[in-house]
Amino acid sequence: MSTTPADVLSVAQLARLRIEEAALDDVTERFGRILDLVAQLQQVDTEGVEPMSNPHDMVQRLRADAVTEDAQRDALQRVAPSVEDGFFLVPRVID
Amino acid sequence: MGLEVHLQLATESKIFSGAATRFGAEPNVQACAVDLGMPGMLPVLNARAVQYAVMFGLGVGARIGKRSVFDRKNYFYPDLPKGYQVSQFFEPIVCEGKFEVPMPDGSLFPVRITRAHLEEDAGKSVHDAYAGQTGIDLNRAGTPLLEIVTEPDFRTAEQAVAYLKSLHSLATYLGISDGNMAEGSMRCDVNISLRPTGTEVYGTRTEIKNVNSFRFVEKAIAVETERQMDILESGGHIVQETRLYDADRNETRSMRSKEVANDYRYFPEPDLLPIVLDDAYIDNIRAGLPELPGAKRARFIETYGLSDYDASLLVDSRTTADFFEAATDISKAPKLTANWILGDLAGALNRESLDLTESPVSPEALAGLIVRIADDTLSSKLAKQVFEGLWLGEGTADEIIEARGLKQVTDTGALESLVAQVIEGHPDQVTQYQAADEAKQKKLLGFFVGQVMKASKGQANPQRLNGLLRAMLDSG
Repeated sequence: MSTTPADVLSVAQLARLRIEEAALDDVTERFGRILDLVAQLQQVDTEGVEPMSNPHDMVQRLRADAVTEDAQRDALQRVAPSVEDGFFLVPRVID
Repeated sequence: MGLEVHLQLATESKIFSGAATRFGAEPNVQACAVDLGMPGMLPVLNARAVQYAVMFGLGVGARIGKRSVFDRKNYFYPDLPKGYQVSQFFEPIVCEGKFEVPMPDGSLFPVRITRAHLEEDAGKSVHDAYAGQTGIDLNRAGTPLLEIVTEPDFRTAEQAVAYLKSLHSLATYLGISDGNMAEGSMRCDVNISLRPTGTEVYGTRTEIKNVNSFRFVEKAIAVETERQMDILESGGHIVQETRLYDADRNETRSMRSKEVANDYRYFPEPDLLPIVLDDAYIDNIRAGLPELPGAKRARFIETYGLSDYDASLLVDSRTTADFFEAATDISKAPKLTANWILGDLAGALNRESLDLTESPVSPEALAGLIVRIADDTLSSKLAKQVFEGLWLGEGTADEIIEARGLKQVTDTGALESLVAQVIEGHPDQVTQYQAADEAKQKKLLGFFVGQVMKASKGQANPQRLNGLLRAMLDSG
């Protein structure tokens, strides 16, 4: 399994992480080691084994459909950098 | 073509939080700490969202995933504060099914449902109200959605629209969604690809996102098909991409042109455990399902002898179907009742922009009118006047007939004297009639019918009148 700096950069881009040029080789190397371990795990025969989606051996508990939260806009928006007319304002995004 | 429909489930609270889901609230007053993705907040699943998903699955005859799992779909956008959407990718709650869609010509079009899964809706962005900034409203964030995916079974826009209407009807029958398309309760993505006639392999597809009315779905399909055809015929290639339908310009536009291909890096959501449903739970929901449009339609055809077409129109909404059954129960004349509901009543409601639930004419009142048509008290012409009275709240059909003096003259003696009067009054036409050939006689008969009708102020029974006139004219 060979991980390239380009792979690292594309994953970093998807995760919105900036990787300094100087650190790229080191990160690529460590990334590669993790992926090698995963590749090794992939060798294990899992035929007939149900995939584990959660380490807890429990099932989801459900809550009744009821409104339990009051409007807390003022409190919640106190930490927002920019707010107007009740909207959170963020740098313009155009798709 | 294949379709993906996002159906907002009509729960009171959100899928993972206790915030309200009501439409039209002030920005962010229905967004709690969980919906905002505040650190440390954990989701707790809404039982009703699960129940509604299962109801839908049973309604389309699908296999229910007895163990389903939530996954994170990772992407960055400001209206998705957590940086991921909780969805179901690997193990959805509703698995493969088959849904029969009634087409306008009365035939049934089978659509294969691939899957349907639960997920949370994102917030809304407002792009043009704030200079250089985007406003974010997270009221919608966390509203439960059921995403319903089909196999690429559609060949025409008509099939796609029929499917969507049918889905809409099913969702409102089940009561799992309000189906309000203008408020975004049902949003549709269309995947379109073309292939040359006679070949098996589909071409590259494009996806048109978030079309929110039946009419726009039809138009979007038409313009996108044409666009792809133009490109292919001039030797070009289709780029796999997401496009947006612009209703004002009636065109589709590329949404994300230079962004790297989407890679959502799905993985199981560690904050939620698998949903496990046992047979008792599913059977209990199945037992509580109302009669669904398909079954109701078949029953209407079978029990009431209605045409495929009328039955489809009547069962389209549960309100109309219930209205029909309530009225027919009294009138005992199903076809006539269907005609009046789909004809004069629908027309009048439409003119006043009223919904059937707001109709000033109740099923009982309409049935009262139909009884009087069926027993020959009213001709169809007089019936329209009585209907007008019902609409204006003048009382029951019988009261209106009495008050307006609209009884049809069926009494033979009375009719005979009217006919005799008219014959006496028009000796020339009588001579002409007696000398004429059969075709001409028919025409002249029309003249006499008109005259008698006039004399009776429209209240003569036309069938009886015809017979009487003929007999009296022929006997000279």
